Amino acid sequence: MNTEAANSGSGQTQSGRPARLSLADWMPKIVMAPTVIVTLVCIYGYMIWTAVLSFTNSRMLPSYNFVGFDQYERLFNNDRWIVALTNLGIFGGMFIAICLFLGVTLAIFLDQKIRAEGALRTIYLYPMAISFIVTGTAWKWLLNPTNGLEKMMIDLGFEDFRFNWLADPDMVIYCLVIAAVWQASGFVMALFLAGLRGVDGDLIKAAHLDGASTFTTYRRIILPSLKPVFFSALVILSHIAIKSFDLVAALTNGGPGYSSDLPANFMYAHTFTRSQVGLGSASAMVMLGCVLAILVPYLYSELRGERHE
Amino acid sequence: MSNNTVGRKSSGLDKVFRIALYTVLIVVASFYLMPFVVMLITSLKDVEEIRTGTLLSLPASLHFDSWAKAWSSACTGSSCGGISPYFLNSFQIVIPAVMISTLLGAINGYVISLWKFRGSDLFFAALLVGCFIPFQVILLPMARTLGWLGIANTTTGLVFVHVVYGVAFTTLFFRNFYQSIPGELVKAARLDGAGFFTIFYRIILPVSTPIIVVTVIWQFTQIWNDFLFGVAFSGFDTQPVTVALNNLVNTSFGGKEYNVDMAAAIIAALPTLAVYVFAGKYFVRGLTAGAVKG
Repeated sequence: MNTEAANSGSGQTQSGRPARLSLADWMPKIVMAPTVIVTLVCIYGYMIWTAVLSFTNSRMLPSYNFVGFDQYERLFNNDRWIVALTNLGIFGGMFIAICLFLGVTLAIFLDQKIRAEGALRTIYLYPMAISFIVTGTAWKWLLNPTNGLEKMMIDLGFEDFRFNWLADPDMVIYCLVIAAVWQASGFVMALFLAGLRGVDGDLIKAAHLDGASTFTTYRRIILPSLKPVFFSALVILSHIAIKSFDLVAALTNGGPGYSSDLPANFMYAHTFTRSQVGLGSASAMVMLGCVLAILVPYLYSELRGERHE
Repeated sequence: MSNNTVGRKSSGLDKVFRIALYTVLIVVASFYLMPFVVMLITSLKDVEEIRTGTLLSLPASLHFDSWAKAWSSACTGSSCGGISPYFLNSFQIVIPAVMISTLLGAINGYVISLWKFRGSDLFFAALLVGCFIPFQVILLPMARTLGWLGIANTTTGLVFVHVVYGVAFTTLFFRNFYQSIPGELVKAARLDGAGFFTIFYRIILPVSTPIIVVTVIWQFTQIWNDFLFGVAFSGFDTQPVTVALNNLVNTSFGGKEYNVDMAAAIIAALPTLAVYVFAGKYFVRGLTAGAVKG
């Protein structure tokens, strides 16, 4: 790998004086070379490869018979895909909204000189250290209709309490929302708490001297200054939502039927178990499109902000 | 921060407000704790107690046999040796992958922030995108590549994949950290005749401990908790523990043994939980590092 890198680098012009060219001048490029090659091949190359496959009629193995946009047409005529995409909309929307609300609220509450703040913070955030598979396993047991929450409530005296969302095709998607919120909302809390701690103290003192209440200070001064944190959280949460795969695998396995499938599960099933590589690739490209639609504006504004500083 | 209740005599209203605040915080805390408590309780019951009791009813006596079974004799799809072999698999994947990706990240970050060359910033931007792509777009090509390289379904293959897709994050961490080291330091060292690696080894590495800890913890958690790569690229006997856990839970020979499922889930979560409990500060720093510009 290193020799390759040296060769590819030799075409470039070195801005330093040639007389002082030494191994040290090449070292940075040589040590970066493996990462550069691997990134170009395994990220960008593979992306293009998948894009190419999405225009072919590949089934079990990749083939290169191009069929134009046929796979995309099939994809959007596929009921299972539409369900998965709709689910992503519901799941992503609710997951992001609830996480943001919970995260901001908890951060503000924790910011009120709370005793045992450290312990509470630790409790709110620990699910983030756990695998989605463990989370799914735990919630599958908690929400199961026979021995779970329902039975506990009935035993507590709520005779008519019914909770069978896991078995109900219309409600199962909300089980995913509950488990995902449980896992990720503490993270949003941590982000905002860090942001709150970074707000200029003088600004707040000034607001108080002007007679602003705590509530007004938060609403008019502190929260607006946390806009960047808000956008970061939004991007990270939508990213988690679009990539969600393990949670579905562990909690519902897409069921009942395929009512709780998400795009990532659709892609995996079609590519690896249903021998529909072309269709699977098309769905992967749509997922990439979703991520880019969120990421590009974000990175653009971040980089522009950096230049203005 | 902005509340001055501490400063003055708290009025009645303030007191009510504080009580409400604490109540909310504690109720929410119990929501976060509940699943883990239920898992623990369930894992210590026997099957009969699980059937008759409720989620939060305590076991009459502690049964540790479900833990033993989860560890060494529960069926995980193909075999019935518990999750212990897969637990070890995970370590065999995680340890080299974390070490290699952290080392590469450190060197890349060092180059990108202190040895800039034409195109290094552009490359960094390209690498950043790599942090965010949905891995579905690389799954199939990677599966083919691993096949050609002859490392499909092996631990080596999984280590390779985790290094390739982890290096973007580790580079980001180190780059942001090294950004605050003045470039003059490197220039001065070069004038003194120090080379690329001497500077790295003598000047940069000694100040890098905090970011190394953050990166190692981040990578450990990410790779340990991975499921997608594990399920797509592992063989029967190289599965990581997350995949084995999922198989165990979804395998049902005869009755469902929730106590065994829960014990296995806790075992699978223990390493990352332990890291979180003992080094939570660094874990949080890693989580927020990518998000809050620093």
